[in-house]
Amino acid sequence: MARTSELPPATEPAPSAAPVMSRTLQLALLLGAAVLLIAAPFVMYPVFIMKILCFALFAAAFNLLLGYTGLLSFGHAAFFGGAAYFTAHAAKVWGWSPELALLVGVAGGAALGLLMGAIAIRRQGIYFAMVTLALSQMFFFACLQMPFTHGEDGIQSVPRGRLFGVLDLNDMTTMYFFVLAVFVIGLLIIWRFVNSPFGMILKAIRENEARATSLGYATAQYKLGAFVMSATLAGLAGGLKALVMQFATLTDVAWQMSGEVVLMTLIGGIGTMVGPLVGAGIVVGLQNQLATSAFPVTIITGLVFMVCVMLFRRGLIGEFAHSRFGRALGLRPPG
Amino acid sequence: MIFGIPLQAFLGQLLVGLINGSFYALLSLGLAVIFGLLRVINFAHGAQYMLGAFVAFLALKFLGVPYWGALVVAPLVVGAVGALIERTLLSRLYDLDHLYGMLFTFGLALAIEGSFRWYFGASGQPYATPKALTGVFNLGFMVLPIYRAWVIVASLVVCLAVWALIEKTRLGATLRAATENPSLVQSFGINVPMLLTLTYALGAGLAALAGVLAAPIYQVSPLMGSNIIIVVFAVVVVGGMGSIMGAIVTGYLLGIAEGLTKVFYPEASNIVIFVIMAIVLILRPAGLFGKEG
Amino acid sequence: MSALLNVSDLNAWYGESHILHGVNMHVTEGETVCILGRNGMGKTTTLRSIMGLVRKRTGAITFAGQDVMAMPLHRTARAGLGFVPEERGIFASLSVDENLMLPPVVAPGGMTLDEIFQLFPNLLERRNSPGTKLSGGEQQMLAMARILRTGARCLLLDEPTEGLAPVIIDAIGAVLRELKSRGMTVVLVEQNFRFASKVADRFYVMDHGVMTHEFPVGELDARMGMLQETLGV
Repeated sequence: MARTSELPPATEPAPSAAPVMSRTLQLALLLGAAVLLIAAPFVMYPVFIMKILCFALFAAAFNLLLGYTGLLSFGHAAFFGGAAYFTAHAAKVWGWSPELALLVGVAGGAALGLLMGAIAIRRQGIYFAMVTLALSQMFFFACLQMPFTHGEDGIQSVPRGRLFGVLDLNDMTTMYFFVLAVFVIGLLIIWRFVNSPFGMILKAIRENEARATSLGYATAQYKLGAFVMSATLAGLAGGLKALVMQFATLTDVAWQMSGEVVLMTLIGGIGTMVGPLVGAGIVVGLQNQLATSAFPVTIITGLVFMVCVMLFRRGLIGEFAHSRFGRALGLRPPG
Repeated sequence: MIFGIPLQAFLGQLLVGLINGSFYALLSLGLAVIFGLLRVINFAHGAQYMLGAFVAFLALKFLGVPYWGALVVAPLVVGAVGALIERTLLSRLYDLDHLYGMLFTFGLALAIEGSFRWYFGASGQPYATPKALTGVFNLGFMVLPIYRAWVIVASLVVCLAVWALIEKTRLGATLRAATENPSLVQSFGINVPMLLTLTYALGAGLAALAGVLAAPIYQVSPLMGSNIIIVVFAVVVVGGMGSIMGAIVTGYLLGIAEGLTKVFYPEASNIVIFVIMAIVLILRPAGLFGKEG
Repeated sequence: MSALLNVSDLNAWYGESHILHGVNMHVTEGETVCILGRNGMGKTTTLRSIMGLVRKRTGAITFAGQDVMAMPLHRTARAGLGFVPEERGIFASLSVDENLMLPPVVAPGGMTLDEIFQLFPNLLERRNSPGTKLSGGEQQMLAMARILRTGARCLLLDEPTEGLAPVIIDAIGAVLRELKSRGMTVVLVEQNFRFASKVADRFYVMDHGVMTHEFPVGELDARMGMLQETLGV
């Protein structure tokens, strides 16, 4: 599939001659983001912010696969929602502390990712997308019937418990900073992964798989590795969401959820570090706005999808980086 | 008795499987036809199936168009809408990664289904079986509703007609050639862009036809398309999209497999097709009839 | 006398690479013109640009008084141009017969099936076999035959003898002479100099995306020195 390489490629590490966003500007932006995130729960509804953080992490994990490996998964809801079930079950039924419950979710996401990935990477491109969609739908039906998920009701009133047995997460501020910490750690892992030698090889595979193969790389194993990594982090996001919202339901494993995370990444910018975070904020915010109205959010979602594909394939962040303003700031445009 | 199952129940589920298989075959056939020429996975195929059923429902309710008229009108209407969308929007995406065509039609499906759900609600609307097809055949060992027999026969005829159109006619030869090398075919003086539009319309029309056939069996509901399309994707992965006959045969076979699972292990009937897909991918990644695409 | 095909200042690109740098050429009705040149000099690109298969191009191309540049790809054939690609372009999923009948008739005066099978008797025997089961020579004949059916006035032939046995090359030469006697106009791209000298009326020599020389077949002997230098024959 030579065509796969036509997806907007990831931000390349800038060669020294290329304009690089000045260190001060980078620092200022990071600092600004930090101040905003620390102040946010005191000015806005904390659960809303935490929800955005969970989905932002989910989208970033998804983008790790699409943006840096060129594989479009239409089944990431299985990892996100599956992990939400596992964490919720561990916290509620087994009574495990939140950090252990979260680990159960992460491990579950990883295991599902390994299983689904091993099957799905046998096909490429458009078939890969269909296979992941079908496999996650299979998982959806399994969740519908397995007793521990409680079918249509889902797992309700999941206790947040005490972090390491000490910090009471029922306190909203404590909970918020716990979620923020997990979010930051998750992003750091992604950042590290993308910039590791492993990540570089993934980019090489995306650009030209045949060449990577001829250089002696077992491309299938690298792709599977990226898939499992992405599923694991999606699991982290899903488990975290179960603790934040205190429930896990079929909504999280449904195919619509897989579509949502594609949309978040597409809106923000495939293959950019910040894009999926922005996209998640927009989609969750939009859903929040429309939650009280009778107008179904899927119409908007569908239209935004079409507009993005027709007009803004680079996404908001990607288009911004490509704009004259973005270039003037020394942003590195993806592609 | 077969394996401890009463014959009646066995044949009943076999029939259900054949009915489902008829729809899987019609829909995967349309997907394969579109994919063959346009290289687009038409995610909106389920929505177009739903639209077919709704056109039949609305045409009956407001214009008094009977079932037989709907069988003609719905594919024409949905095919025309499909042609319009292909011409104005989808055709701009052909030079890009094929995944964009899939994402576009996914958005289209969401928008269409969301709109119908908003307007008609999530619950289904009944559509009466046409008079001429009510009643049953009593076969002695089982009772066969006439309408269900009609669906099986009609879908089989349509599938074979489309197969013959593509494999046995000059137009079909042109389509096959354009699948291999569109620009050379165009250089012969054949209007390939128009051919692509007509092909998309044909695929959408087939989905709509399936929708009309389905209306009296299932209820006419905004969600009927999204429920079936993912299963059809699995069918297409199993069959491989390289072959028209492959898509048809796989559709019927998997429908029957699903029906028989309902007899022997009902809990798994929802997932059996996905399980088969996984097994086929492990043993024969290109699909049963597929060439790697 | 005005030319049937006129190309002036033709530039063409494949993606970013600029292949043709201002090609000028003309072909008179009934003439067989051969473009000579080494590999990668733009001969195939010239034919593909005239046909409209290469879309990124500037300059002017007229055929029988019509502006070919402004036409969508599927109109060029209707104007009377027929293209036989180097790789022959036989469709694997079509039978020989289907391949033959694929291009629509664009003008009266094309060959009838009888005439075609007289010219290419091999094709008659293999009518129902799949296109890919043909030998290289048969594929070349099929690629030419299907265009001759359409009534095209001018044939663009890209390296018809490439990879073929001498006896097949002779047969193709006979076909070209037969076409000339019927008044067909042919633009031929060839590496096989000896073959070209037997069928062409006039030559262009192409080098780095431009036509560097033009001469009639009568001057061939006088030009051998230059040809040996540019073509390495």
